[in-house]
Amino acid sequence: MNSGIPLQYFLILATVMFFAGVYGFLTRRNLITILMSVELILNSVNINFLAFNRYLFPHKLEGMFFSLFIIAVAASEAAVAIAIIINIYRRFTTINVEDVNEMKF
Amino acid sequence: MINFSYTIWIPLLPLLMFLLLGLAGHKLKPKLSGLLGTCGLGIITVLSYITAFKYFFTSEKVDGAYQKITALNFTWLQFTDKLHIDMGVLLDPISVMMLVVITTVSFMVHIYSLGYMKGEKGFERFFSFLSLFSFSMLGLVLATNIFQMYIFWELVGVSSFLLIGFYYQKPSAVRASKKAFIVTRFADLGFLIGILILSFNTKTFDFITLTNPTGTAIAQGGGIAFLGLSIMTWSMIFVFMGGVGKSAMFPFHIWLPDAMEGPTPVSALIHAATMVVAGVYLVARMFPIYAISAPVALHVVAYVGAFSSLFAAVIACTQTDIKRVLAYSTISQIGYMMLALGVAGYGGHEGLGYMASMFHLFTHAMFKALLFLGAGAIIHAVHSNYMTEMGSLRKYLPVTHITFLIACLTIAGIPPLSGFFSKDEILAAAFHSNKLLFAVEYAVAGLTAFYMFRLYFSIFWGKDTQYHHTPHEAPATMTIPLIILAIGSVVTGFIPFNKLVTSDGKILESEIEMMVAIPSVLIGLLGIGIAYIMYKKESAIPDKLAVTFKYSYKWAYNKFYMDELYLFVTKKIIFRYISEPVAWFDRHVVDATMNAIASVTQGVSFRIRGYQSGQLQKYAFVFITGAIMLAILFIYLWK
Amino acid sequence: MAASQIMFILFSAMIVIFSILTVTSRKILRAAVFLLFVLVSTSGLYFLLNYQFLAAVQLTLYAGGIVVLIIFSILLTSHISQNFESSGWKKNIFSALAALAGAILSIVTILDYKFSATTEAAKEVNMKLIGKSLLSVDYDGYVLPFEVISVLLLAAMVAAIVVAKKGAPKTIGLPKLNQE
Repeated sequence: MNSGIPLQYFLILATVMFFAGVYGFLTRRNLITILMSVELILNSVNINFLAFNRYLFPHKLEGMFFSLFIIAVAASEAAVAIAIIINIYRRFTTINVEDVNEMKF
Repeated sequence: MINFSYTIWIPLLPLLMFLLLGLAGHKLKPKLSGLLGTCGLGIITVLSYITAFKYFFTSEKVDGAYQKITALNFTWLQFTDKLHIDMGVLLDPISVMMLVVITTVSFMVHIYSLGYMKGEKGFERFFSFLSLFSFSMLGLVLATNIFQMYIFWELVGVSSFLLIGFYYQKPSAVRASKKAFIVTRFADLGFLIGILILSFNTKTFDFITLTNPTGTAIAQGGGIAFLGLSIMTWSMIFVFMGGVGKSAMFPFHIWLPDAMEGPTPVSALIHAATMVVAGVYLVARMFPIYAISAPVALHVVAYVGAFSSLFAAVIACTQTDIKRVLAYSTISQIGYMMLALGVAGYGGHEGLGYMASMFHLFTHAMFKALLFLGAGAIIHAVHSNYMTEMGSLRKYLPVTHITFLIACLTIAGIPPLSGFFSKDEILAAAFHSNKLLFAVEYAVAGLTAFYMFRLYFSIFWGKDTQYHHTPHEAPATMTIPLIILAIGSVVTGFIPFNKLVTSDGKILESEIEMMVAIPSVLIGLLGIGIAYIMYKKESAIPDKLAVTFKYSYKWAYNKFYMDELYLFVTKKIIFRYISEPVAWFDRHVVDATMNAIASVTQGVSFRIRGYQSGQLQKYAFVFITGAIMLAILFIYLWK
Repeated sequence: MAASQIMFILFSAMIVIFSILTVTSRKILRAAVFLLFVLVSTSGLYFLLNYQFLAAVQLTLYAGGIVVLIIFSILLTSHISQNFESSGWKKNIFSALAALAGAILSIVTILDYKFSATTEAAKEVNMKLIGKSLLSVDYDGYVLPFEVISVLLLAAMVAAIVVAKKGAPKTIGLPKLNQE
């Protein structure tokens, strides 16, 4: 089925996507772009799970179901995050992450 | 064995009165608080008399000697199994005698104060302090061990401080109370050093063990020598230093005249009859050690006593404040007592000085308290302390006049009053041991008669002063104690002290020695006569003498400039060269270190707080970096 | 080269390029669209791995739900044309270094490790099997996570509504003190 595509290729691909998401999380200023970076991270993890399931444990289904649940959780998390961001926008009139820093010394 | 454990109530009852009056006194009516204090003392006076009767007349004697009875003793503080401080009650001839003296005089002073302090603000406070003092003094004399005595010694000093500074709004009174406390505290440093040296070498604090003449404590005397004197001598000299401070001997006498700033009943109780004799009592208590293993210290005692009595008598001849005259007279008489102890030895006929000293202590308490209370009545009538503003008071104050006269005759040593008997014994003891000291004391006897009658004639005879408002005799609460004490002065001369209180507890055969008695009476009469000539009527002789002996007069009047000398030493030398550098060090080194620690902490925390910056991405960065480093650590480096 | 390999190269190239573009694009809306492309390519990868159901779910939820949500919120909170989004260079450099370090560490670890495949036969993943597993209470049944996820979704719904609602927060149940 997956003739010729070694497992490591999938894993390296997922790694690149993951660290692109990390870079975006640490660098971006807009809260929504940070949320998008988090979605990237979640998706890279999904690819990892499915690759492992297909290559190492083809007689089991756990990786697939776990990915299913990750998608569900990510969706709900994105919803709540957007709600919070909208609230922040109402309070601060900006969604620049550097301006939302009241929980400090 | 008679059960003496009730004697614990003798010091405890005044303590209870102190607490009651101190804490709740301001809620009670003044009269009630005065009565409570007085009743408390009345009860313990009766108890003391009962104790004295039981002890002296019904207790068992061993070998014909009175025994030291420990009525009760319990361990108060235990440090190790050998080192512990006890509290207890010790009854022996001198402590029982002191019980009688202290409670009697205190009771008289309480009754007197009901009248004297009437209407004063702080009436309850006065009575609570008087009770505190009575408790402390009784605890001191009943102490079973030297450390307990030291504790109560300090307590007595505190009570004295509180009472001298009773009129705390007067700056002079505050100064006087501070001076008293600081001088006696400094002397007590010596006392403590003496206690420590003594108990380190003898391994005990307990009096019975220490003063056992056949025991091991005294035999330690020979041991180690330091600078030519044995250890016991040094410790006894240091212990005596405490006595010098408390009994106002030279050079620590400076506080006693200033202590007259306190109310007159206080002067009568503390600074005439009881506290100032604590030093004498201390030497008497430790007498076996002094006599047997530290005779050099005993010589020091004798010379200090003799010098102080001469010194004080000379100054007293020139003072015009009646209370100051009496204060110097007290110093002089206590010098007599110290001298008597100093020339005595232990046991048998050698112990004449010991007995004489205790006898004089007893009679002196009576007549000196009488003198002070009489002075209080005079001050109460005339509203002034100075002889120069008084005169011809015999017309207005009859009872005070008669009792004061009796007291003056007593102190001058005129038979058959008590002062004659006690002073005569002292002179006899001195005559047999040290002729020089005898000569000094003989001269002082004459001076005593002179200045006391100078005082008497100036107040009650002398010039015919016109007073603003006629002086009136004191109320009954004030005159009754005067009368009682006058009776005491007359009668106590006949108490057979030689059977009751001697150095080894056995009976001392003694009699009046005509060779000493007659000259002492003669010099007393001479002193009275000179004072009569100079002061009975208004005359110019005193002023002429003052001019003739200008320098001696000036020096004596200014108390030989001792106060100025002390002030110079403390202010110019100690404060400038020791206190100020220490204060500088404290402010600039110690405080600066503390401040530096605080400011360093503040600086570091200021830098650190940047870690809580509220910046989300900074947190995340640290998180990621940490995770990566942990991953490297655990996957590759941890083998 | 087999067709699957070509598809794999295509999909992975799209993923890599577009994910990097997502995190570096200056304009927000473009970043959102690039995210959409990444998600669609990921779905393609799932098809390649023979997980058709999951690929369909990915397309529906992510591409059809979340990206729409994101675009809505972008429109709600900023101007489309407002684009100036650049951070200081210090932040960029350090983040890039951290990400690079992590990536290198992971790749080296992956390449080092010996993955051992199992010898059991593969199970055919079809809808019947998935449905049965989701509702089965056996050892390998997933009914419990299924129920938990439904509760989670309900909670998220409620939370999103409450948090995003307009109006002041209610004071719950505090009695007025000056009514005696």
